[in-house]
Parts: sequence; C-alpha cells; structure tokens
Amino acid sequence: MYPRAFTYHRASSLKDAATLLSQLGEGAKLLAGGQSLIPLMKLRFANPAHLVDLNFVEGISYIQQKNGTLCFGALTRHAEIEKSPTAAMIPILRDCAGGIADVQVRNRGTIGGSLAEADPSGDWATVLLTLSCEVRCAGRTGERSLKLSEFLKDAYTTALAQDELVSEIVVKVPPENSGGAYIAFKRTAPVYPTASAAVQLSLEGGRCKEIAIALGCVGLMPIRVQEGEAALRGQQITPKLIESAAEAARAVAEPQSDMRGSAEYKRQLVSALAKRAMEAALQRARGQQVEVSHIYA
Amino acid sequence: MPEAAQKVSIQVRVNGKLHAREVEPRLLLVEFLREDLELTGTHVGCDTTYCGACTLLMNGAAVKSCTVFAVQADGAEITSVEGLEKDGELHPIQKAFGDCYGLQCGYCTPGLMLSALQLLKDNSNPSRKQIRKGIAGNTCRCTGYQNIFKAIETAAAKMRSSSHGD
Repeated sequence: MYPRAFTYHRASSLKDAATLLSQLGEGAKLLAGGQSLIPLMKLRFANPAHLVDLNFVEGISYIQQKNGTLCFGALTRHAEIEKSPTAAMIPILRDCAGGIADVQVRNRGTIGGSLAEADPSGDWATVLLTLSCEVRCAGRTGERSLKLSEFLKDAYTTALAQDELVSEIVVKVPPENSGGAYIAFKRTAPVYPTASAAVQLSLEGGRCKEIAIALGCVGLMPIRVQEGEAALRGQQITPKLIESAAEAARAVAEPQSDMRGSAEYKRQLVSALAKRAMEAALQRARGQQVEVSHIYA
Repeated sequence: MPEAAQKVSIQVRVNGKLHAREVEPRLLLVEFLREDLELTGTHVGCDTTYCGACTLLMNGAAVKSCTVFAVQADGAEITSVEGLEKDGELHPIQKAFGDCYGLQCGYCTPGLMLSALQLLKDNSNPSRKQIRKGIAGNTCRCTGYQNIFKAIETAAAKMRSSSHGD
C-alpha cells in the first residue's frame, strides 16, 4: 500500500521544524516514529501534502535526571525508556514503555509523538496523567511549558499550535514511599489496548497520602477516577477500599462497544485492571518488587 | 498534489553494501529492498504494522520495514535475511530454524529470524518468557510457535558456545 504522494522535508532542528510547519501550513505533518502516522497514510485516512521528518534532528532523544525531574527528549523511543536505568527510577514508566505494541514498534515509536497524537487508545497520556508532568512545546520564537492536563484537549487534539511541536516531557520524580503501576490489557501484542489503568500513590505513616488513578481507552481521553482517589486519600489502604475505588473506576468509565469488546465488558475489565494496578502500586510503595505491564495472550 | 513526484537521494548500506538511489518519499523501506534492490527475502505480510514479516534490522534495531519510509533509512545500516549467511555458511539462527522445524510455509521466517537476531544480541540466554516477548511482533500462522521457541533456544546455545555474536 502506498500513501498519497507528499513532499518530504528534513528538519535540522526543532526551530527549523516549527518554521517549516509555519511556511507549509495545514497540509504539513510531523514525522516522528511514524508508527501511527505511516499506517494512517497507507490507508489514506491521513493525506498530508508535506511531511517534516524529525528523525535527523540531533539531540532530541535523551533521558536526563535534572533537579528532581526526569526529562525525556521528544524523540526518545519507547525502547530507550524501557531499557533505561534512569527511567526505571519511576517504575510506572517502564511498565508502560516495555509493553507498548511489540519490539519493532517500540524501537521506532516515540514518547513525544504518542502525546502529540493524543490517540484515546494510546498509553503514555494515561500513565503520565498520574504523575506531575509538563510538556514543553517549541515554536519558531521560543518555548512554553504546559501541564499535561492542559496540553491534552480532546481525542486527537492537543494545545499545540499549527507551527508548534513537543520538544521535551518533564516528569517530577515522586517522593519517598511512592509506588505506581500501569496495567493494560490487549488482545495481542501489536494492537492497542482494550482498556488500561494507571495508579500512582504515596504513603505516609502507613496511610495513603496522595493518589492518582487514570483509565485509558475507555473514553475520548484518559479519565481520572476522582471519586476513587478521594476514597483512598488519607486512609489506610484495605482490600475493601481498593474494591470501592475499583467500583468507582467502573462507574466513571465511558467505553464504547467496538471490535475489542462491548461497553459492559470494558467497564468490567477496566475496573479489574484498576484494582490490580492499585495493588501493585501499593506493593511497590512498600518497597516490594512486582512486575506488571501490558497483558496479552 | 505535486505535478512531478519529488525524488530524494539516499544512501543505504544493506548487508554491508552501499546503495545510492533516488527515491520517491512515499516509497516504503520494504519496497525499496524488494523492488529497487531486488532483495526479495524480506516479505510483505499484512502491510499494516501487525505481522512482522517485513522485519529487518535498521542500525541494529528490529523495525517493521512496511512502516518506515526509505528516505528515513538514509545513512542507515540495514540487515536483511540475505545478510545473515556468511561465506556460504548459514547463520546459527538460520540453521536452527531448519534443524528444529521452526517453519512450515516459511513466509514469516525471515522476519522471525531478524527479530531473533535482535533478541539474542541483547540477551544471549533468554528465558522462554523473554523469547515470547521478543517475537511478540511476529505472527506465524502455521507452526504454533513451539518449534520457533526451540529454534531460538538452539541458536542461542550455539551462538554462546561459538561466540558467533553477529
């Protein structure tokens, strides 16, 4: 399958990419990992007149520890995050990076591209919403920083201007006695998840100090389970409280029936995933080693 | 629509040999190999980033070459199934796939062998679970995978003993 013909531009820097986007107008798209865009172009669901390739820009793929944060260059591949000892400081990031699609897709796909696409079935937005995360956006004349919750506007829609692009993702390293976990369920490795749940919590004196629960693939955007978070915050976490937060997850999900399952099935699934993610996050906050990631046949 | 298709000059090293070509930007890497270089060992299966039949190594990393444009491989080193054999001798992975009956129709085999190559470069002694994860992006509709696991384990043992690391 061939995409419709387009004109290819190779950006030399982020600023150059922003300038090209500005000059070329609405018909231009950025090419990062290409693992979503190229299939869409081959199916001719996306027909950009111009592609601006970011893959030859130097120095935009990195993972750095800086002032209590981890900084990810926009073009950092999922596989680099999966294998990075630095990124492993925040275990939920490894859960996510190591389970996206398959080896080949993780070798190409990027964290910046995933956030900028804002696919409701994507993994990164759901995970990063449970952390303190800022998205740095580069334009022709400078940069601005947005909270991830401000950056994400709707399905496939972000706050990026037409001539702006993601340059860096900055994640605050959680405090001591924190734990997080991400569990997604998918039918096979290469496909998008049917549903997913991310949980990040911290403990103080045996009680839950802070908690964030986010659900993926069960709405147009990732959904925070605020009622469930409120039920756990300040409390000693018991199996019964976890059950009630999982029930809150089921209630707040807004899934659609499709080839991945009925809406009712997805509610059940996302509730179970939230429960497991809460349990794993709690274990990790207590210093226990648990392996979780995407689940597939 | 552009009146005349744009052509971009690229240089790609495939299995050690440098190729310079002018290509349309929309040309996919797999078609560049198959049509322009006539290296037809890399197969097109689903053409939708699912099946992994088109897997090859780009700068040492397994990629689905139906989901990379040839222009993106400019300056890259590519290893395809044709590059596995050395001096007329099969690579231990190729040998093991044959010896263990790790294939039936053989359509998915080149892609699987390249995924296996990346896996064994990163981990010379993978567990069954790690092998499953390493080849999760490759679909085989014949074998049921059991003999593929055996082939990769056999190749791993052979490569460890002979330090045939490439």
